[in-house]
Order: sequence, then C-alpha cells, then structure tokens
Amino acid sequence: MRRRLRKPALALPLVAFVLVSFIAPILLMLARGVHQPVVRDALPETLAILDAWDGLGVPEEAAFAAAAEELRAADEARLAARIGGRVNRVRSGLRTVIVAGARTGADGAGAGSARERLLAADPAWGDPATWRALRTAGERFTLRNYLNALDLDRGADGAVVRQPEERRVYVPLLLRTLGVSAAVTVLCLLLGYPVAHVIARAPARRARWLLLAVLVPFWTSLLVRTTAWIVLLQQRGVINDLLVWLGLVDDAARLTLVYNMTGTLIAMTHVLLPFMVLPIYSVMQGIPPRFMRAAESLGATPAQAFRRVYWPLTLPGVGAGALLVFILAIGYYITPALVGGSGGQLFSNMIAFHMETSLNWGLAAALGGILLAVVGALYVLYERTVGGENLRLG
Amino acid sequence: MKGRRAAALLVVAGWSGTVGGSACGGPPAPGGSLTVVSWGGSYERAVTEAYIRPFAEAHEVAVGIESYNGGLAQVRSQVEVGRVHWDVVDLEAFDALRGCEEGLLEPIPPDFLPPGPDGTPASEDFAEGAISECGVGNVFYSTIYAYNDRLIQGEKPATIEDFFDLERFPGRRGMRRSPLVNLEFALMADGVARDEVYAVLDTPEGRDRAFRKLGTIREQVVWWEAGAQPPQMLADGEVVMSTAYNGRIFNAQALESQPFVIVWDGQLLDFGQKAIVAGTPNLENALEFVRFATSAESTARVSGYIAYGPVRASGLPLVSTHVETGVDMLPHLPTAPENERLSLRMDTAWWTDHLDEMNERFSAWLARSP
Repeated sequence: MRRRLRKPALALPLVAFVLVSFIAPILLMLARGVHQPVVRDALPETLAILDAWDGLGVPEEAAFAAAAEELRAADEARLAARIGGRVNRVRSGLRTVIVAGARTGADGAGAGSARERLLAADPAWGDPATWRALRTAGERFTLRNYLNALDLDRGADGAVVRQPEERRVYVPLLLRTLGVSAAVTVLCLLLGYPVAHVIARAPARRARWLLLAVLVPFWTSLLVRTTAWIVLLQQRGVINDLLVWLGLVDDAARLTLVYNMTGTLIAMTHVLLPFMVLPIYSVMQGIPPRFMRAAESLGATPAQAFRRVYWPLTLPGVGAGALLVFILAIGYYITPALVGGSGGQLFSNMIAFHMETSLNWGLAAALGGILLAVVGALYVLYERTVGGENLRLG
Repeated sequence: MKGRRAAALLVVAGWSGTVGGSACGGPPAPGGSLTVVSWGGSYERAVTEAYIRPFAEAHEVAVGIESYNGGLAQVRSQVEVGRVHWDVVDLEAFDALRGCEEGLLEPIPPDFLPPGPDGTPASEDFAEGAISECGVGNVFYSTIYAYNDRLIQGEKPATIEDFFDLERFPGRRGMRRSPLVNLEFALMADGVARDEVYAVLDTPEGRDRAFRKLGTIREQVVWWEAGAQPPQMLADGEVVMSTAYNGRIFNAQALESQPFVIVWDGQLLDFGQKAIVAGTPNLENALEFVRFATSAESTARVSGYIAYGPVRASGLPLVSTHVETGVDMLPHLPTAPENERLSLRMDTAWWTDHLDEMNERFSAWLARSP
C-alpha cells in the first residue's frame, strides 16, 4: 500500500507547483470576468433602492440622498473614481458625472436637497439612463463582460441585444484570428513536412546541422525575428530591391509585403515553423525506411507508397504539430501587432490592450475565457476526429 | 572624485527589472535609494543627463532607472499587491489623473514645488493644468506630422489638411494605432477650427465625422505603435509622411541628418508628468526628486538633449543649445511662440471620459478595414 503511494508522491511537488502558479491564477482571473464587487460594496444602500426601482422615470428622492452620502464616503476612501470608471464602461461619459457627484456631496451639506445638489453638479443625474448604468455597474455577479466579449449588451429593458455596428469588434476578430491560425497551420505543414523528411532521412552528422538550422531561429528573440522580417519585406526592403534589380517588378509598383495580411502570414509562419518540424521529425525518425521499400517492392508507385504507408504513419506527428501551431497562433499578438498593419490586430491584442491600457480586467478575463473555451473545444474536436492516442508531441 | 562615485551609484536596470533598481552590491548610498521609471530611448537618455544624474550626485542617492511603455497596469499591480518598488514614474497626463483618482499615486502639495528663479510661485509659473493633485508636469511634447523631403517632389505639404489630401500628396502615411490625436487631426483637416475641436468631438455626429475623415485615407495608412517607428519608416521610404513625436523627428534631423520636415500646423500639445507611486518606502527621496526634476533649470536642461519644452514659463528663457550639435533649441520646441500659435492642447478630461469608448470603436473600425 505504502509502496503504491510512493510513486505518485514524487509528483506532488510538481502538482502543487502547477496548482499554485498556473491553475489558481487562471481561475482567479476568470473569476474577475463575472465577479465585480467594487461598486456594490461602496454603494450598498443606493443600489438596494435602485434594485426596487422600475428603471423608467427618475428614481425617488431617497436614491439621491443615499447616492450623495455614499459617494461622498467613497470619495474620502479614494474610491469615487474607480466607481466612475466602472459606470463609464456601462455608459461612456459618466465617469466625470459620478466624480462630480461625489465631490459635491462632500462640500454641499445643507445646501439644498440631495437631488438639487447632484443636479447642480451635473444635469446628467436627472437622466434615468445614468441611474440604470449605475445599477448595472453595481451587479455583484454579472455576465455583462461575457456579453460584451461576444458583441452583445443588455438593452434598457434587460433583453440581450447586439451592439451597434460600430462597436462590434470581438466576434469578427475571433473569426479572423481562427482564419489566420488555420492558414498559418497549413503553411507550416506545407513547408515543414518536407523539411522534417529531409532531416529524418539525412545521415546523422548532416541531420544535426539541419536540426540546428531549424533551432537557431527558435532560440532567437521573437522581436528580433519579427523586426528582421520588416527589414526584408518593406517597400524599400531587401526583397523588393532584389525584385526591382532583377527587373521582375517595376520600381513604381513595388510589392506591399508587410503591414498587411501577407506580412502577418509570412512572419507568423516563420516563427511557428519549428513547432511543426520538430514533432513531425521525431515521428518520421521512428519509421523504418524498409517500410517504404517493402511497399515499393510489392508494386506500389512512390506516390501510392507515400499516401498509403508513409503519410498515415506520420499522422501522429502531423496532428501534434498542427495542434501546437494552431493553439500558439490563436494566442499570438506581438508579431501581428508589428507586421500586421490595419488588418493585423488579432484577438489576443485586445486582451493585452484591456489588461495594460484600459485596465478593464473584467472584460480581459471574459475574452481570455472565450479564447480558453475555443482552444478546449478544438482539442475535444481533435480527440473525437483524430483520436488522442494519435498524438505524439516529441 | 565625488562625481565619479555618484555616477557609479546610478544603476540602469533593464525594463524587465522586477528586482528593483536599487544598487545591488556595494555599500548603501548615504542618501538611500530611489527607482525612477521613464519612457526609454532618447527621452530617457535626455532626462538621465538633465536631472537624474545631477540629482544622484547632489543628494548621494542611488538612483535606479527602469523603462516602460506607459499605462497604469504595473503601478496598479504594485499598489494592490502592496510591494511598491517603483518610486517616481513618468506618466501621460490622463493616466496621472486616473491614477490619482484611483488612489494609486501620492498627492503632491503644490506649495512644495520650487518657485521660479525670479521668485514666481510654482502655481503661477507652471502652464495651466500642468499641475494636478498627484502629477507635476515637466515637459511639453507634441504630436506633429513630418514628411521626408526627398520623397515629395514639387509642392510640399504645409497644413494639416495636406496630410489628408491624397490627390495632391499621394503616398502612404504613418499614424499611431490609437484614436488619440488622430481624431483631432481628422476634424481639423475637415475644417473644424482648433478651438472647436473638442466641442465637435463631444457630439456623436462629430465623432462620426472624425471617423469618416480618417476613412478617406485609411487605405494608405501604416499604423505605428512605438515612438521610434515613424522616423524609421520615413527614413526607409515606407511612408512619405507620418505623425510622430516632435522630439524623435528632431533627433533624426539633428543627429542623423535625415531630410525630414516638421509641419507644425495643428500640432497636438500635451505634457508629460511626474508622479509618485502610492505607498513607496522612499517617499522623502521621491518628493525631493520631483522637486529637483521640475525646477525651471532642470526642465530647461532637458531641452538641451531632446526637443521637448519646459512646462514652466521661467524655464523657456533658460533653454539654450543642443548639447551634441550646438543647434539653437528654441525654434524646435513645440512651445516656441511661432509653433505654439499653431497648436491645439490635448483635452485630458475629455479623453479620460471617452478613451475606452473611442478605443473600442477604433478597434472595430480597424478590424472592418480590408
């Protein structure tokens, strides 16, 4: 009994490490997508009144009084701007309205009713939409981030509606990201398969050099490689200069190879190529050359031998390489941001943007959750169609 | 001898330096330590020479320098986790405003700031709006557009309208991948007077109008993200003209003799601010540093290394020549009278309210482009 436990116990440190440093942060981050307590904690009474409000006319005096008082307290705790920021995400332009309200509450004690004070701070306090936004921002558990991440929103009556066209961004971007990833995967397969075959069949010494050639770019900084592609591909870059010098392209009509989809595809394919070559190579190495010779001696043409013998045997490597490249490509953002031009933004660029710039971690978490779900769904799909046992990662 | 020792205390940590920039190894500096965070590149070199090194020497403080790319994410995570290792940070004005309201930055009492050399109190000496509750302005920088003289034959562009005129000036243009500045440029090019830009932008029709105008050149735009890109793209001939930070273009002109020409018409003026991260253990040094870095002399010295102007009225007369080339700096500053006349001041408050919405819309607009 004890002996049986000893072996798994050796893996415990790793399991604990993965739990603490990987699984737990992911779960905490995903929780941010649905759990937003800041506004509810700061304005409990106001929101209790608003919960009972029909959402149509301007709310009753008690709501104004509670809001003025609680916002004042929030301002003293330096929370007013954070609340304003949250409400601003529901309805743009309300940030200053909330902050102004909090500041008036602070000095205006006794100068008129709470309603008059808030209205004097900003007339937007008389607009039911302001209060609706406050109520929405005050939901402790919310699906709003996930709705927004799918270009949806709740209308005034609470029904789910599509965002106005000029704000629909995430779904088209997700589709584009999937398309780009698929294209990169296919390109990597087309380029990587023959390379892997050459390396697998080369004598040991040459194979080492060839492998090194695949790995050196793999070890080079991503930024360096991407910038190098810009130098090569730009309009007055090496490739265009060469084409013009050879007379293949007119000087006035140089090719646009970078800052568009072409540039993204070329650079991403190059960056991800090793992830395709290595698994395929390791599988090919295990296929004895006599299998092909046997097929040919039994009368198969080289094409038939490849199609019926070699290709099926390499499938586990192809599957692993394709899955690796596809999943890495879905999460890519530095390369597309640098060489992609206007069409170059991918889904992960928006996650980075909301993490670093807009500080809307709730939305970033929701976007990340969607990306995780897509990758998970793809893996399940792969299991069902190709089969998990057909996967060799190295 | 003393100078040499202080210089040795100046530790330059890379931007991944989460270890903190305090002088590791060696005896601790008598004045304690301080970590200053700036924008990197030529701007960081300028401020290092202009006031970080002099401060380290004068106060015998070990100053670590880190660079970052802006935004409040790192400041916020340090404050929330309670392990603050950045002390003084260079921030864009609207981030200083947001960070202050969210309690991420220490308030800086305005009467703590040094008066001008002629005794003018700080509150009158600084440009309007340059001091906020937590942020103290130090330099004016500006987004202009510049063209490569070698690539445009015949008539040269001279106004903001010309940037959007593909017929008279064909060729690709560089623009920052952000709605900031671009919406203002679009409206000015569409005939909106400078002092009405933000009033127009405040209406839905005005925003539609700005995006429509941007749409007229979208096919020809190459989007940039880092300030170092536009001079590179202009030099490579990737674009014929580009929006850019004026200091970067000046450096390319002065140090690399690039044939770039700045068009000041419609330049968008903004200031960089210094702010102190809330809860820093080095508060005293941080305050002293802010005081030192925002003196009229320090802000004027920055102009000797990069073409950004002091935000203090008393700093402008102290501006002299470029340290490396001896060029007279005043005409190259965005706040030189003949340049400032053509400028629009960025409305920080408007952008604080609308940045999220505009970013979303801008992304959607880009994503729909062919």
